[in-house]
Amino acid sequence: MYLKKIVVFLCVSFLALGSTGLASTLEDVKARGVLNCGISEGVPGFSIPDSSGRWVGFDVDMARAVAAAVLKDGEKIKFVSLASKQKIVAVSSGQVDLTSRTTTWTLKRDAKQGVDFTTIVFYDGQGFMIPKSMGVTSAKDLDGASVCVTAGTTSELNVADFARANNIKFEIVVFDGKKEALNAYASGRCDVFTTDISQLASLRSTLAKPQDHLILPEVLSKEPLSPLVRHGDNQWKDIVTWVINGLIAAEEHGITKANVLEIKATSKNPVVQRMLGKSGDTGSYLGLDKDWMVRAIQTVGNYGEIYQRHFGPDTRLNIPRGINNLWTKGGQHYALPIR
Amino acid sequence: MKKAASFLTKDNFKNMALQMAVLGVIFYGCHGLLTNTQANLEARNIASGFGFLSLESGMPISNSLLPYTPADTYGYAFFMGIINTVFVSVIGIILSTVLGVTIGVARVSSNWLVSKLAEIYVEVLRNIPLLLTLFFTYTIVLAALPVPRKSLTPLAGIFLNNRGIYLPRPVFEPGMIAVMIALLVGIIGAMVILGMAKRIHDNTGRVIPGASLGLVVVVGLPLAVFFMAGAPVTMEHAVLKGFNFRGGLVIRPEFSALMMGIILYTAAFIGENVRSGIQSVDPGQINASKALGLSQGLIMRRIVLPQALRVIIPATTNDYASLVKNSSLAVAIGYPDMVSVGGTIIGQNDQAIEIIAMWMGVYMTINLLISFVMNWLNSRVQLIGR
Repeated sequence: MYLKKIVVFLCVSFLALGSTGLASTLEDVKARGVLNCGISEGVPGFSIPDSSGRWVGFDVDMARAVAAAVLKDGEKIKFVSLASKQKIVAVSSGQVDLTSRTTTWTLKRDAKQGVDFTTIVFYDGQGFMIPKSMGVTSAKDLDGASVCVTAGTTSELNVADFARANNIKFEIVVFDGKKEALNAYASGRCDVFTTDISQLASLRSTLAKPQDHLILPEVLSKEPLSPLVRHGDNQWKDIVTWVINGLIAAEEHGITKANVLEIKATSKNPVVQRMLGKSGDTGSYLGLDKDWMVRAIQTVGNYGEIYQRHFGPDTRLNIPRGINNLWTKGGQHYALPIR
Repeated sequence: MKKAASFLTKDNFKNMALQMAVLGVIFYGCHGLLTNTQANLEARNIASGFGFLSLESGMPISNSLLPYTPADTYGYAFFMGIINTVFVSVIGIILSTVLGVTIGVARVSSNWLVSKLAEIYVEVLRNIPLLLTLFFTYTIVLAALPVPRKSLTPLAGIFLNNRGIYLPRPVFEPGMIAVMIALLVGIIGAMVILGMAKRIHDNTGRVIPGASLGLVVVVGLPLAVFFMAGAPVTMEHAVLKGFNFRGGLVIRPEFSALMMGIILYTAAFIGENVRSGIQSVDPGQINASKALGLSQGLIMRRIVLPQALRVIIPATTNDYASLVKNSSLAVAIGYPDMVSVGGTIIGQNDQAIEIIAMWMGVYMTINLLISFVMNWLNSRVQLIGR
């Protein structure tokens, strides 16, 4: 009798509904054996699939470091490409364990949207890109211009704020995806394309004639970019925070992908010994083993190496380190003590 | 024969009990879902409720039909999205019906070329996903049109470029009120004339061209008043200032591309409805009316259409509902419909459940209204037993 089947099916599905799924992310990830990481839709330098389909980039390496520390293998990671407006819901709903995708740390997102920010991996700011042929040198001369922007980003709000603050008018055209917005700019629908300056440099390199486009000097806003984790799981937040912090500390101490094992064996510096698990047991405070940081550095190298690999002078992007340098070199990155 | 009083037979009772049980399980499930969601939202510190709708949105909307600034609230922004969705739906339904009827009639045309072209149109458009058609129309619209500085001007005061179609905007002066009153009087007059024409036709059999006379009154009267009042309308022309044109009436390329895509797509389906409707009419009836000496137009109006509509209307109701739902693809090409605006609000607030509920509510309301109107229309054309 089919009714009986329906009743049984309904009962089973509602029983399944009863579980709330708020277990420890660390346990979930270990049990699953794979780290689920939200990633961009493809921003060269930050995260984009290479010719063989493997995700590469700055944000990707940050996530691989976490996978290496937690699962002992930087390849045990599944990347989920998320549009801007999906990224927060994907984390708060548990679809992904973390996102590593150019997300700006703001009060409202942190406090009211079910996610927590971990630590700043990139200090960015929003800018405008225009065709050189427009002959404009300042964003304040852009009154009346059409601006292409991606939905659900801080850029979308900042550009509206900028227009209000400077009493100029923009025609703002909002697209669902970054690619659609960039295509519309490339085809002349808009005079201006706006997003974070590092991404402008990155996306400009994908245009047909990058040299014909200019990034205006004005920085509209502060865009501190940070990986996201679900709100309320402090242990998991600590793990992501301290792995990334460890990569910055590794750069401070000159520990690289190549020399990490040698330094672990020979270093007499107690700070380095603690960090690499030679003495003390920093990993256990996070629910990890002693070699958590060694594996992270072995997999992706220190912060400086990651930066050079994806944004350095040898890359097409060539974004100067500027405030993304170490605090000892005039930048903002200041590793917290690992002890 | 079964007794009518045997309400609580054994079988009946079993069935009732089972149905009650299923209903109970459904209610229990819904309740569980609600409380579980609520608990999860609280555990993750996600705000819930509709309070955010009264906060300042800060988000931009191009293409709003009413005045809107980022200083307005989320609720008002969402309302702009609803208006855009309704606007697209209404214009889409009207124009796709016009095009669809044309295609459908062309499909059954005895002219080989016309019917083949219509067939190719239908087969191409209805077999390609609408999203691809939209990307195509948007790319065509942008690629075909020049930059603002090199705008096309097909007529004086009209500018065509990749930022939109700029038309002169009529600015009404006080004299326009008289013209409006004249139009109203004209419409009432035309209705009186139509009624009289019908009465004379019913009583005497004489055919009075009531429709043409009515049209003359509706158009002629306001026109006469318009010129007597000294043409109380000035045109505000768009002017190139800086990077873009300012002023005038502008139709954005996103809107044009969306309309083109949706109309072309839906018309293919409506065309097929019209074709099947026309073909459902017995050709013997048409031959008979020809033999009676009825004119071609009269055969269409009095014999074919009333019967074809019985087939066309129910199927077309579905296509109208699909059109409304399909308008949500606007989000892909940057037109701020309700889904696009709501998506941004989700991005800024993360209150996805509330916004999705609002989306569902609005689509359901629009489509229920459409099916209400179409059902009423359907009941009018159904066979009435005499």
